[in-house]
Amino acid sequence: MQSLIEFAVGLIFGLGLLVSGMTDPSKVQGFLDLAGAWDPSLAFVMGGAVMVGLLGFGIAKKKTISLSGAPFNWPEMKQIDRPLVLGSLMFGVGWGLAGFCPGPALVTMASGNGKAFVFVLAMLAGMVLFDRFKKRDN
Amino acid sequence: MDIDWHHFTPGSSLLGGILLGIAAGVLFLNSGRILGITGILEGLLTPTSEDSPWRLTFLLGLLASPLVAKLILPANLLHAPRIDASWAVVIVAGLLVGFGTRWGAGCTSGHGICGLSRLSVRSLVATLSFMCTGFITVFVIHHLL
Repeated sequence: MQSLIEFAVGLIFGLGLLVSGMTDPSKVQGFLDLAGAWDPSLAFVMGGAVMVGLLGFGIAKKKTISLSGAPFNWPEMKQIDRPLVLGSLMFGVGWGLAGFCPGPALVTMASGNGKAFVFVLAMLAGMVLFDRFKKRDN
Repeated sequence: MDIDWHHFTPGSSLLGGILLGIAAGVLFLNSGRILGITGILEGLLTPTSEDSPWRLTFLLGLLASPLVAKLILPANLLHAPRIDASWAVVIVAGLLVGFGTRWGAGCTSGHGICGLSRLSVRSLVATLSFMCTGFITVFVIHHLL
């Protein structure tokens, strides 16, 4: 039953990305292009998602345990530090260059798109590379 | 500022956003997990034995979505992806996105959707940071190069 719910959540998330336009890189870049012909659509994606999300996380705050019985994994990190800002700035450059963030890239790859497939491979390589750097630093 | 009315899709984008919010809310309320693609991929790349297989199940659902969309959704709701970036740029962008999201511990889903919904200041800073360089990068490639 839990597996079914988790599969359905992944499916709904993917359908949301497809319907919203997030899986079309030219549309994402159209949103990021403030100086050109600006397409504000993605503000509506974020608006709709956060509107519903506020409700969901608001309910969770009043509860002590999740419906499945597992504890709520509230993120514990609170501090604004260099890794957070530098990593996010770096992510934004890649996002702007190709118009893909991780979720939409996976969905577009699954629709059989070659460039999205290559993007996902490079993204996974970037993640592994980060782990190597981190291990070396420690 | 010029609005691109031709490509503006407030209805389907709002609907898609609501679906994203439902997925994030249901996953947390049901499983107590943050719906963040970066964290989910991290968990899959470095699995621990005690961890539940929820990440893999979620990912399978996500990857099944284009096929399901084709079967159940009207064609006019779906956008065909158009990727203007060259193969070389796609590779560089992928590396930056992979490294950057792990470094910053989250992406558009974990920091953007879940973080803002939790009213997390940390996630707000992350979201403003990646949007800022996203705007600058597109300005450079569309208007300066």
